[in-house]
Amino acid sequence: MFRKEAKILNSFGIHARPAGMIASVASTFESDIKLIKDRMEVNAKSIMGILSLAAGKGTRIIIEARGKDEKEAVSAIAEIFEKKFDLE
Amino acid sequence: MIIKKGVPASLGIAIGKAYVLKEESIIIEPVQIPEEKLKQEIKRFRDALENTKQELETIKAKVLNVLGKQHAKLIDAHSLILQDPLITKEVPKMILVERVNAEYALSAILDKTADEFEKIEDDFFHERKHDLFDVGKKILSNLVSREKVSLENIKEPVIVVAHNLYPSDTLHIRESHKVMGFCMDLGSKSSHTAIFAQSIGIPAVVGLSDISRQIQSGEAIIVDGEQGLIILSPTQEIIEKYITKKEEILKQERFFQRFKGLPATTRDGHRISLMVNVDSMDNIEELVSLKSDGIGLLRTEFLYMNRNGVPSEEEQIKAYSVFIKAMPQSPITIRTADIGGDRAVQLGIKSLKDEINPFMGFRGIRLFLKHPELLKTQIRAIFKSNAAENVKIMIPMLSSLEEIQSVKNVMETVKQELAEECLEIKTIPQIGVMVEVPAAALILDSLLNEIDFVSIGTNDLVQYILAVDRINQYVSELYDPYHPAVLRIINLIIQTSHKKGKPVSVCGEMASDPWAIPILIGLGVDALSVPVKMCLRAKHSVRSMSFEKFSIISQNLLGVSTSVEVRKIVEEELKQQ
Repeated sequence: MFRKEAKILNSFGIHARPAGMIASVASTFESDIKLIKDRMEVNAKSIMGILSLAAGKGTRIIIEARGKDEKEAVSAIAEIFEKKFDLE
Repeated sequence: MIIKKGVPASLGIAIGKAYVLKEESIIIEPVQIPEEKLKQEIKRFRDALENTKQELETIKAKVLNVLGKQHAKLIDAHSLILQDPLITKEVPKMILVERVNAEYALSAILDKTADEFEKIEDDFFHERKHDLFDVGKKILSNLVSREKVSLENIKEPVIVVAHNLYPSDTLHIRESHKVMGFCMDLGSKSSHTAIFAQSIGIPAVVGLSDISRQIQSGEAIIVDGEQGLIILSPTQEIIEKYITKKEEILKQERFFQRFKGLPATTRDGHRISLMVNVDSMDNIEELVSLKSDGIGLLRTEFLYMNRNGVPSEEEQIKAYSVFIKAMPQSPITIRTADIGGDRAVQLGIKSLKDEINPFMGFRGIRLFLKHPELLKTQIRAIFKSNAAENVKIMIPMLSSLEEIQSVKNVMETVKQELAEECLEIKTIPQIGVMVEVPAAALILDSLLNEIDFVSIGTNDLVQYILAVDRINQYVSELYDPYHPAVLRIINLIIQTSHKKGKPVSVCGEMASDPWAIPILIGLGVDALSVPVKMCLRAKHSVRSMSFEKFSIISQNLLGVSTSVEVRKIVEEELKQQ
């Protein structure tokens, strides 16, 4: 298992577009990936799961992966957070 | 006969047969599936997903064509939900493990997820459950092979009655050309569907709470979009009354057509500017065909609606250019977005749903100055759009000198930035203030040193000066634009501005009120800005009045102490016209 903490930096929080972004990146990995906020835990491959976190700016999220490519998965998702969900 | 009162969302009258759009409530019973048929059941589910995906793509293409990019983004979100492992993995898993039918597994999982969303306090996230159900319903209807009750199947002219209409429904309404009007349980004057109805010009009444359960398809119904009434099983007498009323409206509209292209000049030769209020990119052709004196109020909120995040500079420039191209010779006043705290969450600003009184809360320029990046992007876009030098900037909800100075600082920064980017701006757009907070009216002499023009936003000014929340049913009848206090403050604004040689326009509802028009012009306003649909009607009022007479009458009205008296005087004068 591999985990890393990330903070939501963009002022919009995890809304539909970032959630879609996380879910589609997460889906490219084999590992099971979870996002954990406080005591809530959701599947990082699920856009609805991610949205249900209702995570606003400043929220701390733990990214946790279990599987063959767990390290790559966690760092790929952490990178999306660091880039403030900016694809361009 | 039953008369129901709702919110008038779009003007006009429609008389016809109801077409009730039932919320598709498919009752789902768990059915045990024998083991050898489980694979087949999962395949049935995957086929339904595939069909739904294709449907979404077709809808998206159509939405893009007919309603534009912003609406299409909603469909994108739905496509993502369709790929969610909740649906693609969890549902097949449940079918296998519990040996149940696909419909049951899907709805069980949707319900479970919706429960999670129920717990969320944040409005934006909370509302996402509707997206989930919208997608869920689409998949279900592909599983359950039965005829869909859809707007696509309308064969004859009808009045649509619904609990709520979705963007894909409004698309079918526009395409069918058979919907004479609609009414629904949910909605307010500013909801998506109301704005849609106004833009295609069909009457609508919304916010009727349970109308969709009170009527069956085929029954007679009248939609009175003028007064916000719905009449179920109308008597012959009422039907005839409404037919007459409808004919009158049509006749009047035909009559008003003759004012197209004529100047807004009073009958004694006093010329004012008659401009229009615009709040979307719909109906640009109609806007151009009116040949009005310009856009007196371009509400930019539409750029910020139905989306997440804020519109980029490029996106804004593109939108403004559409209007500038449509009216290259006329002044175009762009108002920076007046977004309320309640809607701010979509812009990424923390939700403020616990604002007790949002009208006196975090909105307009207050919000933009706290988030200067929003203001800056909009000002940059406006500066860059001003190639033809006909663009002006207007600031909403301003209440202090410091605020206008801060805005001007931002403008200065933008100017320097653009210079550094080698984009020398030839002319800085004129800047004006929307006077709607009484404080701005009272310190207008100081504000005028910083600005080029003034526009009176009467809707909010009236509600602030009378301390009446006009959507509060207990006090809304106290909302009164003819209250002497309102006339006196408007007079103060005009006098103060004219002393400094700066023009005044009026852009609230008063500007298109046939009784208020002569008062305002009599008091000396230089311009009126009215909704597109009201423009010719307002021009008729202007052209019928005598400026000389109303200059005197308006001065007298300033000495009157009740609104009843004000109305009486105006009514008598207009009768003689």
